[in-house]
Amino acid sequence: MSEKKGRYGLYGGQYIPETLVPAVQEVEKAYEKYKNDPEFQKELKDLMEKYAGRPSLLYYAEKMTKDLGGAQIYLKREDLNHTGSHKINNVLGQVLLAKKMGKKRVIAETGAGQHGVATATAAALMGLECEIFMGKEDTDRQVLNCYRMELLGAKVHPVTSGTMTLKDAVNETMREWASRMDDTLYVLGSVMGPHPFPMIVRDFQKVIGEEIKQQLMEAEGKLPDAVIACVGGGSNAMGSFYEFIPDTSVRLIGCEAAGLGVDNPKNAATIANGSVGIFHGMKSLFCQDKYGQIAPVYSISAGLDYPGIGPEHANLNETGRAQYVPVTDDEAVEAFEYLSRTEGIIPAIESAHAVAYAKKIAPTFNKDQIIVVTISGRGDKDVAAIARYRGVQIFD
Amino acid sequence: MSRIKRAFEDKKAFIAFVTGGDPDIETTEALIPQMAEAGADLIEIGIPFSDPIAEGVVIQEADARALAAGTTTDKLFDMVKRVREKVEIPLVFMTYINPIYTYGTEKFTKMCAECGIDGLIIPDVPFEEKEEVSGACEAAGIELISMIAPTSKERINMIASEAKGFLYCVSSLGVTGVRSKITTNIKEMVEQVKTVSDIPCAIGFGIATPQQAKEMAAVSDGAIVGSAIVKIIAQNGRACIQPVCDYVKEMKAAVASA
Repeated sequence: MSEKKGRYGLYGGQYIPETLVPAVQEVEKAYEKYKNDPEFQKELKDLMEKYAGRPSLLYYAEKMTKDLGGAQIYLKREDLNHTGSHKINNVLGQVLLAKKMGKKRVIAETGAGQHGVATATAAALMGLECEIFMGKEDTDRQVLNCYRMELLGAKVHPVTSGTMTLKDAVNETMREWASRMDDTLYVLGSVMGPHPFPMIVRDFQKVIGEEIKQQLMEAEGKLPDAVIACVGGGSNAMGSFYEFIPDTSVRLIGCEAAGLGVDNPKNAATIANGSVGIFHGMKSLFCQDKYGQIAPVYSISAGLDYPGIGPEHANLNETGRAQYVPVTDDEAVEAFEYLSRTEGIIPAIESAHAVAYAKKIAPTFNKDQIIVVTISGRGDKDVAAIARYRGVQIFD
Repeated sequence: MSRIKRAFEDKKAFIAFVTGGDPDIETTEALIPQMAEAGADLIEIGIPFSDPIAEGVVIQEADARALAAGTTTDKLFDMVKRVREKVEIPLVFMTYINPIYTYGTEKFTKMCAECGIDGLIIPDVPFEEKEEVSGACEAAGIELISMIAPTSKERINMIASEAKGFLYCVSSLGVTGVRSKITTNIKEMVEQVKTVSDIPCAIGFGIATPQQAKEMAAVSDGAIVGSAIVKIIAQNGRACIQPVCDYVKEMKAAVASA
C-alpha cells in the first residue's frame, strides 16, 4: 500500500486551498517528528491509560451469543472510555501534538458531538482554547453534548450553512482554520480530510484493533472471524480493522447509515450509493449528483450523517479487503434497544448500526467462530432522540 | 498571445467575478457582455458548488441561489458559448475540483475550449495536486491559473515559475469576502514572484472599494473583485445589470488610475 503522498490506491491526497497547504504540511512534519519520539509516545500512553482508561474491555456478550445462536460475540467497549467514545483516542494524540507544536488553540467539527466533547475535554486537560463547529441541525438533536462542551470550556458555533449537518461543520472548520492557523490546529475527528489526517487519525485509533487482537488471544487463543464496526468518516472502523488487514482470515465489515433505506433519497450510505469524487481535501467516494454537487444525506445518527468516507476505507472496499453494508434507521434503533435489554449496555446509535448487522449475520456463523463488534460509544446522548423516534415525550 | 495575456498588456487589469446562474442563467448571460462593455478586462464565472470551502458567506449564498435556480455545468457551457459570440475579453471558470472531476476532467476542459473559456481557477487544487488537471488543461489549450496566498512564502518561487495565464494572489487569510483592510504586504509578494517569472499578478480576496482596488493595482498587475459584485446582484436580483455596470466602471477607472 503506497502511503507516500498520502494515497491509498486511487484515494487520498491533499486537495486544499493554497492558504492551508503550509499549515497542513506543518502538521505533517510535526507528526513525522513525534510519532517515533519515545517521550511523546510515553506521554500519550500515560494519557491513554491513566486518563482515558485504556485498555478498554473486550466483553464476551454471553446472552447475545446464546440468543442469536451462532457465532461467539465479543463487544469492544470503546463506550467505556473517558468521554464515552473512541473519539478520545485520536483527540488525546492530536491535542498533545498541538501542544508540542506550540499551538494555543484547537478547533474541530463535530456531528453527534462526541468528537467535540472529546476535543473540549483534551483541550481543558492540556490548557488549550477550544472552539467547536457543529451543524445547527445537530446542535438541536444533541443539546446535551452542546452543553457538555460548554461545561468543558469550549465555545460551540452552530453552523447554519448548507444542510446544517456534519459536512457543513467540516466546511466551516476549514474556513476558520484558513483564517487563523498560526496559533491554531484543526483537530480532525475522523480518518478523512487531506493527508496527513487520515493517517494520523488511523494511527491514534489503531489501538482498538491492537487491543482486540491481544485480548482475544488471551481469552480464546485465536483471531476473530469477523470484526464489525460502524462507518461514517470511518475512524472507529479503521481503528478496529487496521491491525487485522494482514490477517486475511478475518472478515472486516463496515456498517454504513442507510437512513430510510438505500433506495430512499434519505440515506448516508456512501459505499452503496456514492461515486468517486474529490471533496474535503481527499479523493474518495461521495454521495453526489452527476454534476458533482454533494448530496444532502440523512441518518438518524448525527455521527454517521456524512456524504463521504475516509480514503483508506474507499481503498479497502475497492481491493475487497473490507466489506461495507448498509443498515437502516429502523434496524439501528431496534439494535439499540436490543443491546440495552439483552446485555444492559446502551450503545451509541452509531454503534447500534454495527450491532444490527452482527445480529443479522451471527446466526449464520458456527458456534466456534468469533465476531467482534466495536461499540464505538455509549448511548446516553441518544436516549432523547430514540424516545422521540418511538413517539415518547420525555423532555419539556 | 493568449486572450488572458492580452488582458494585462500595457495596462492594469480589472477582473470581475460573478456566480454563474445567480439569480438565473438569463441574468448572467445578459450581465457578462455589459460588464465587458463597462470595462471589465477579464471575467471569472463561478460554477456554483454545494460546498464552496474557500468562499465567505456572500458567495456561498450566491452558489446556493444559483443551484436552487437549476444551474448546472452544462447549462453554463451553453450560456458561455452564446456569450462568447458577443465578447472578446478572456473568460475563466472558477469552481471546485469536484464538479470538474465528476464531469470528467478531460471532457470538462474540452467543453471549456469549445465554448471559449480561456482558463480555470480551482481553489482546492494546490500546486502539489495540479497534475489532477494540468494535463487535460494543456491538451485542451486552457490555462490553469495558480494561486499564492499570504502563507505561501518560500512556496512562491515554485508556484510562480510554473504558473500559466496570470497568478491569482490571495490578499488575506481566510475566505473570500469584503474586508475593511488588507494587511498583507502585497508589494513584497508580487516582487518575489517577479524574481522568477514575468507572469501578471492580480490581487483578489477582500477588495471592494475603488481606493482598495487602486492600492492593490498600484503594486501589482490587476485587481480581482468578487463578493462586492455578488452583493450587488443579491440586492438587486434580475435588475442588477445597471448597478453592477456602474460599479464596474468606477472600479475600472480606479484600477486604470493606479
